Amino acid sequence: MLIKTRKASDIPSSEITPASVYFSRRDFMRGVGGIAIGSAAGVLMSGDAMAEDANRSPALLNLASKPAWLVQKISQRKPAPPSGPFAAADEKTPFNDATTYNNFYEFGTDKTDPSSRAKNFAIDPWSVEIAGECNKPGKYTLEDILKPHTLEDRVYRLRCVEAWSMVIPWVGFSLGDLLKRFEPNGNAKFVEFQTLQDPKQFPEQSSRFATIHWPYMEGLRMDEAMHPLAMMAVGLYGDAMPAQNGAPIRLVVPWKYGFKSIKSIVRIRFRSEMPTNTWKDLQPSEYGFYANVNPAVNHPRWSQATERRLPTSLFMPHRIETKPFNGYADEVESLYAGMDLRKNY
Amino acid sequence: MQKFLKPLVFVVLLGPALWWAYIIWRAYQGDVAYLGPDPPKMLELVSGEWAIRMLMLSLAVTPLRYLLNAPYLWRLRRMVGLYAFFYVSLHFLVFVLLLLELDFSALAKELSERPYITLGFMAWTILFLLAVTSFNRAQRWLGRHWKRLHRGVYVAGVLAVMHLIWIVRSDFGEALLYLAIVAALLIYRALHKFIPGVRQFVLFKP
Repeated sequence: MLIKTRKASDIPSSEITPASVYFSRRDFMRGVGGIAIGSAAGVLMSGDAMAEDANRSPALLNLASKPAWLVQKISQRKPAPPSGPFAAADEKTPFNDATTYNNFYEFGTDKTDPSSRAKNFAIDPWSVEIAGECNKPGKYTLEDILKPHTLEDRVYRLRCVEAWSMVIPWVGFSLGDLLKRFEPNGNAKFVEFQTLQDPKQFPEQSSRFATIHWPYMEGLRMDEAMHPLAMMAVGLYGDAMPAQNGAPIRLVVPWKYGFKSIKSIVRIRFRSEMPTNTWKDLQPSEYGFYANVNPAVNHPRWSQATERRLPTSLFMPHRIETKPFNGYADEVESLYAGMDLRKNY
Repeated sequence: MQKFLKPLVFVVLLGPALWWAYIIWRAYQGDVAYLGPDPPKMLELVSGEWAIRMLMLSLAVTPLRYLLNAPYLWRLRRMVGLYAFFYVSLHFLVFVLLLLELDFSALAKELSERPYITLGFMAWTILFLLAVTSFNRAQRWLGRHWKRLHRGVYVAGVLAVMHLIWIVRSDFGEALLYLAIVAALLIYRALHKFIPGVRQFVLFKP
């Protein structure tokens, strides 16, 4: 056998690449990249993603129609604050990348399946059922759901469990403000979310080889859901939410792996017991309920210590260190005080 | 016609590598449309896909030679096998060069901690051994051992499919297709060896 089984801690110091060599190699790769990337990346990586409106085609939204009231509501949104956790200082991912590189398995498992298969996704009419431990259950239209809330821009980092990440300007509002309206009662310890079930629009929901049990489900502990960073998003880059990104309304929980941020929500249920979530249900040794971004706990099939911040390039790899809670530790760490995050991954 | 078969197959099987070389050259010129926002990952996926296809093809040459009663297909065996090794090597190279950025301590860690990577590396190692013993003189040196050694290509095929199944996050459709192909080719070879009726069966008579 040619393969020596060795733990990382067993690597003799003689084999460790000296920092100077390591960094000079990176400089070399960058140097090549600097020349190569030239014009294209100059456009793609330019500072303000909002300024790219001119290149954007309405077809990229993949929506059958955009209700006028929604367009108006989005146009009246508040701008993002100049700094702080609601406005990540990181360079934003270009609109074209954020809308063509998606994990939305209902449309298919390839990254380009959602944007290429989501054509004329129907978001009008749309309603969300509110159920479980609260005083105001019922079926609410999307317009009723959004009516009392002022939308705002928020720039969040998004870290996928597959070790890539993006930085996206969402349009939305705090989830907690929505949940309070339905007056959850004392038994409401968790919130459960459910994605639309519709094999006509979601081809993978009728795939014979898919192991996921549809519909997609997610959940949060009540205190997580009430945290001001947890967000309901109805748009991105100042426009309506494209179908492939979870139209018309999705969750965004920036300190957790992307799969927690469930898309195209049709049902919210207050529960006394911890709800199941789809990925944990499928493979509990690989995906947990909490799924907080944690560089110290690897996924069994890949490392979580670093991430590839998209867009990467052949000539300029863009691998960065992953931060605990995706860089939101100051805001959310206290939610998990006293918990063993290795066990509760 | 048969004279041109070998050069023709040579060019066709080189096609995917040339196409992706062209895509990389376009990216170098600034047109990144085909590579998407994560080119290293993209190249890792396509090189892996072509690697497993070439490996399946190299396993299929001998069954096709019998089923089509086409002895001239034998002459393609080595070339198709070397193509499988070539594409698997590209896949490994993309992993080490573009995803791990030549960080060899990370490679050691990946090889020991991630079983699907270990399996993939084992398949590459087998194909490497077959490639370096593929020339005529090695065949003479090794004598009857050569044939036994080169049956290792079936082990590589099975390892490659296991490697693929292990990576799947939720939809096994494509992985099961490759599993079915390897299983069918293996079963055919076993039946061919032991059952005379199978040996005589051909799809067309010349």
